[in-house]
Amino acid sequence: MTANEKRAIQIAACRIRMGIIEGTHAAKAGHPGGSLSAADLFAYLYFKELNIDPADPKNPDRDRFVLSKGHTAPGLYAALANRGFFPVEDLKTLRQIGSYLQGHPNMNTVPGVDMSTGSLGQGISAACGMALAARHMGKSCRVYTLLGDGEIEEGEVWEALMFAHHYKLDNLCVIIDNNGLQIDGPVTEVMSSYPIPDKLRAFGFEVAEIDGHDFDQMEAAFARAKETKGVPFAIVMKTTKGKGISYMENQVGWHGKAPNDGEYEQAMGELRAQLAGLEAE
Amino acid sequence: MADVKKIATRDSYGNALKELGAAHDDVIVFDADLSNATKTNTFQKAYPDRHFNCGIAEGNMMAVAAGVASMGLVPFASSFAMFAAGRAFEQVRNSIGYPHLNVKIGATHGGISVGEDGASHQCCEDFALMRSIPGMVVMSPADDVEARAMVKAAYEHEGPVYMRFSRFGMDAVHDPDNYTFEIGKGEVLREGTDVAIIANGLLVPEAVKAGQMLAEQGVSAMVIDMATVKPLDEELVLRAAKMCGKIVTAEEHNIIGGLGEAVCALLSEKHPVPVKRVGVNDEFGHSGPAAALLKRFGLSAEHIVEVVSQLKITE
Repeated sequence: MTANEKRAIQIAACRIRMGIIEGTHAAKAGHPGGSLSAADLFAYLYFKELNIDPADPKNPDRDRFVLSKGHTAPGLYAALANRGFFPVEDLKTLRQIGSYLQGHPNMNTVPGVDMSTGSLGQGISAACGMALAARHMGKSCRVYTLLGDGEIEEGEVWEALMFAHHYKLDNLCVIIDNNGLQIDGPVTEVMSSYPIPDKLRAFGFEVAEIDGHDFDQMEAAFARAKETKGVPFAIVMKTTKGKGISYMENQVGWHGKAPNDGEYEQAMGELRAQLAGLEAE
Repeated sequence: MADVKKIATRDSYGNALKELGAAHDDVIVFDADLSNATKTNTFQKAYPDRHFNCGIAEGNMMAVAAGVASMGLVPFASSFAMFAAGRAFEQVRNSIGYPHLNVKIGATHGGISVGEDGASHQCCEDFALMRSIPGMVVMSPADDVEARAMVKAAYEHEGPVYMRFSRFGMDAVHDPDNYTFEIGKGEVLREGTDVAIIANGLLVPEAVKAGQMLAEQGVSAMVIDMATVKPLDEELVLRAAKMCGKIVTAEEHNIIGGLGEAVCALLSEKHPVPVKRVGVNDEFGHSGPAAALLKRFGLSAEHIVEVVSQLKITE
C-alpha cells in the first residue's frame, strides 16, 4: 500500500465517521459506538479490499460482505454512500419513515447490502452459506463478515464457526471487532467471550490478531487470509469503541445513543479538523 | 383410482427431492443430522455433492440456507417440524422471511402422529408460527401424490416456503394419473350442501371417510383438501360457506393458530357462519403408536362426524 493509497483510505474512514455522526444525529437514534470502532475496517474493505462495483451492485461474481453486527448499519451505510452506492446526503434519512436506510441493514432496499441482518449471530451463518454456494458454483469471489465481541456470545456463532471449518470454507474471512464493550457494560463483566483468538483456533481457524485502526496490519492480515487454503480465516481486531470522537471513545454509554445538537457540532468539528489535516498532507 | 398405498409423506419428500435434483442443478439440500428420518438421504445418495449436513444446529442451517439462496441456488432445508419451525423460528423469520429469500423448508414429523417420541417432538404449533411470517407459504400435503407435486411447486415458486410432512403413512386420496397441484388452491374431493369439512394433512383421508359416513346418515358433506394453509384459498372457503352454511375444519395441529383459525378469520370478516374446529385442543402430545394417538386426540373420521352432529344439521 502506497502512502497515497493509505491516505485515501484514511480520508474515506474520516468521511465514514462523519456519515455515522450525521445519520445517528438526524435519526436521534442508532449505534455510533460500534460503527466508529469498525469505521477503519469499513474504509479498508470498501476502498481497498472488496471486489465490488457501485455501478453494478448485484454483480453475481462480486465479493460479499455481511454485517453480522447489523446494528452498526450507520457505519456500513456511510461506507457504501461514500463509495458511490447511493447519495451521501441520504445518510441523514437513517431510521426515518419512508427511508430505505432501515435501522438495521435490509438487502432489498439498500444498494450494496448483501444480506439483511440485525438479529445477532445470524449474519455469520448466512456468510457461511454464501461461501459454500460460491465454491459450489465455481465462483472465485470471497465472503467477509464482521461480528462484535458481544455478538459472539450467541450460540449460533459457534455453530457457524463449526460449519465453516467442517466445510473448509477458505473463501470466508470472519472479522471480530474486539472493542471490549457491549450494551450492558464491558464484555468481561457482562459475559466474557474471551479468549477470542484461542477459541477461534480451537475451532480450526487460522487467526490474525491486529490493531483494527492500523491499515498496514489490515493489509497484511487480509493478504494472509487469501493465502490460507483448506481452513477458514479469522481476523480479531482490537479496536476502540467510539474511535475518532474524543468524548465517545471507550464509553459504554455510546453504544446505542445519538449525539444531541451540541455533541454533534463537537464531533463534526473534530472530524473536520482531522479531515483537513489528512487533505493537507 | 390407481394403486392405493400408505406412503408417509416424508418418503414422498425424499423421492421428490431426488427427482428435482435430476432436473435442476441448482437444488441444494441441507439437513441437521436427521437425513435418515427426513428422507433427504434419498437425495443424498443420488447427489452427494449437493447434500450438506449441518449437524445438530438448526438455527445455523436456516441462516446458511438463506445465504445460499442469496447466491441464486435453491436450498431445501430439512429437519423435524419442531426444530425447523420451532427452534429455528427466529432464523426463519429474520434471515429467510424478512429478506424474502428463496429457501424451501421441508419439515417432517409434524403433529401428533410422530408417535412414540412423544410431546417433545410432536409439533402442533408450526402452522401458527410459519403463518405469522409475512410472505411465507405454508403447506401440508395429504398423501404421496400431493406431497410430490407440492415439492415441485415449491421449487417453481419464487420465495420462502414451509412444507410440513408426516412420519406416518395414511390412505391415499389422490389419483396419480389425474392430478395437478397449485399453491394456494384447495381441492374439492366431495361435493356437498349441508356442511363443508375443510382439512389438510393426515386429516384429509379422515375427512373423506367422514364424508362417506355422513352420507350414510343422510348428511351431504362437502370435503375440501386445503393443503395450502397460507395463502388460504379464500374463494373456495367462501364458496363452501355460502353453499353449506356450516363448516368443520380438521387438522393435526393445535386448534390455536392453524388452518381452523385461518378459516375462522376469513369467515368472520366476509361471511360469518358456524365453524367447529377439529384439532389438538391446546394440549401437549403423548407417546404411543401413531394410529392410536390420532384416535386419542380426536383426529379421526369418527370424531369429525361427531363434531358435525354438534352443528345439528339434521334438526
